[in-house]
Amino acid sequence: MDVSGETAIRVAGLRMAYDGRTVLDGIGFEVGAGEVVALLGPNGAGKTTTVEIVEGFRRRDAGDVTVLGTDPEHGDDAWRARIGVVLQSWRDHRRWRVRELLGHLADSYRPYSRPGFTRPRSVDDLLARVGLTDAADQRMATLSGGQRRRFDVAVGLVGRPDLLILDEPTAGLDPTARREFHEIVHEVVDRDGTVVLLTTHDLAEAEVVADRILLLAGGHVVADGSPASVAREVAGPAEVRWSADGARHVHSTHDPVAFTRELLARGGVDDLEVVRASLEDAYLQIVRRHEADAARHDLEVTR
Amino acid sequence: MSTSAPLPWAVRLGLRRGVTEFRHMLRNPEDLGWNVLIGLAVLVYLVSQRDTVVPGSGGLTLPNLALPGILASVVLFGMAIGPAFALAAEAEDGTLLRLRTTPRGTTTYTVGVVVGQLLGALPMLAIILLPWPFLLGDPMHQGAAGWAAMVGWLLLGTLAILPLGIVGGALAGRPTRVMLFVMAPVVALAFVSGVFGPQTVPPWAEGVVQVFPLYWLAHGLRATTLPAGAESLEIGGAWHPEIAALVLLAWAVAGLVAAPLLLRRTHARQTAGALADRVQAALQRG
Repeated sequence: MDVSGETAIRVAGLRMAYDGRTVLDGIGFEVGAGEVVALLGPNGAGKTTTVEIVEGFRRRDAGDVTVLGTDPEHGDDAWRARIGVVLQSWRDHRRWRVRELLGHLADSYRPYSRPGFTRPRSVDDLLARVGLTDAADQRMATLSGGQRRRFDVAVGLVGRPDLLILDEPTAGLDPTARREFHEIVHEVVDRDGTVVLLTTHDLAEAEVVADRILLLAGGHVVADGSPASVAREVAGPAEVRWSADGARHVHSTHDPVAFTRELLARGGVDDLEVVRASLEDAYLQIVRRHEADAARHDLEVTR
Repeated sequence: MSTSAPLPWAVRLGLRRGVTEFRHMLRNPEDLGWNVLIGLAVLVYLVSQRDTVVPGSGGLTLPNLALPGILASVVLFGMAIGPAFALAAEAEDGTLLRLRTTPRGTTTYTVGVVVGQLLGALPMLAIILLPWPFLLGDPMHQGAAGWAAMVGWLLLGTLAILPLGIVGGALAGRPTRVMLFVMAPVVALAFVSGVFGPQTVPPWAEGVVQVFPLYWLAHGLRATTLPAGAESLEIGGAWHPEIAALVLLAWAVAGLVAAPLLLRRTHARQTAGALADRVQAALQRG
């Protein structure tokens, strides 16, 4: 089973509601071979619900979902063995030692090797890669938060997955640990061609890690593309700031190049500055807009 | 280690998981200390009563009459409360979810809990049984066959009670609720079921205790360890090992039907979102 050329995830018309509150209102997207895709959106946008449906841990209300060629609701053990899940562990297996637990979880992948492709990965190599070699004989309860997260990543990778799914993987990590985590993801993708789907509410992270961003808000995919194209797609007007005759001026325009050309032709301009809407501004704007929509919707429902 | 087909492999990993959890228990001072403390308290009480002859028992001392009930209680507490707490706590802390992300992990987990809890009852049995002959004399009045029958009753009792512990843990869902819905009823049942001999069952409770496995497990054990004459203290004044076996089997069948269904439901509820909610709730409880 080679994933190259295969569409790893295909989602169409996915709907999900909890207690009458619509969380996913018919979303659709695809993730292709070798892609790293970030599901970006504010809290409550349905990111976790989406990955849980993709993982086969949650039944959907409606829509078509295919993951590695199989409907996740009917995925068998061989299918499960091809998917790595990075959980945010809290305090499970407190008495187990780090190597003992990773080895135990690794062993469950042994029946799912195929010729030329050995499952699981070497536990000691993996511990070294995530920087836990020195902690290998420590009890899980004694790990710091950052070490726990690195252990979570190791568990996600130990079965040599074709698809790796991470839900808010760097929440609670310090900047150094976050950088290390990004490096591990890139390395896995480059070496094994693993497809990666991650969720984050952190735009900077999505920009650094992902080839593609799916922006989820108000139950819809509101933007889908490379970080740069998402920025262009959703960005508002640019601001041109300058001073002339000792006074400051600001002008908002969708075509800053043309406006600036005209401005300079008039002369007497100092201190010129063009500020494009950043992806972050665009993101915050979308989030605010959808939150306002949701509030208005709630109000109508209450009435 | 050679690999086999997925299902036998998952069962084998479960066996190893259970042994590992048992090793962790043996190295945990709290767990072991609790066992030693309770075991010693029971022994001290019985040694203080070693010359007390129970009227109507045909000359038996209280300790020898009490041993079967004590063994039955070890099985009840270990096999009902232990798995219930394990299941509820490990649903709350994310252990079940962790296993659910691995292939056949729920099979491995379930086998691991069963094996771990079975092994976990051994220290208490050892603490009570090993010093017994030296402190309180030979408790067995029916020879080697009696010991074999005793092991048989303990296994049958385990089969009847352990699935109930899993059902209790799955229904309770949270450790605090296990206290209320499993531990409290089990302790209450133990109080009236005649742990220290059938003469300690209060008359008003005679009907109730005969519905549950504890009285019948103790009854079966008494029937295979005590000498003739002791049966006059039993409810009804006679040995009924066949009724005891049937009641225990009925509970075993009911438990073995219900436990897998409830376990599947519990596993199906394990999602990252649900775990996050539980973490939040637990943090708020403090």
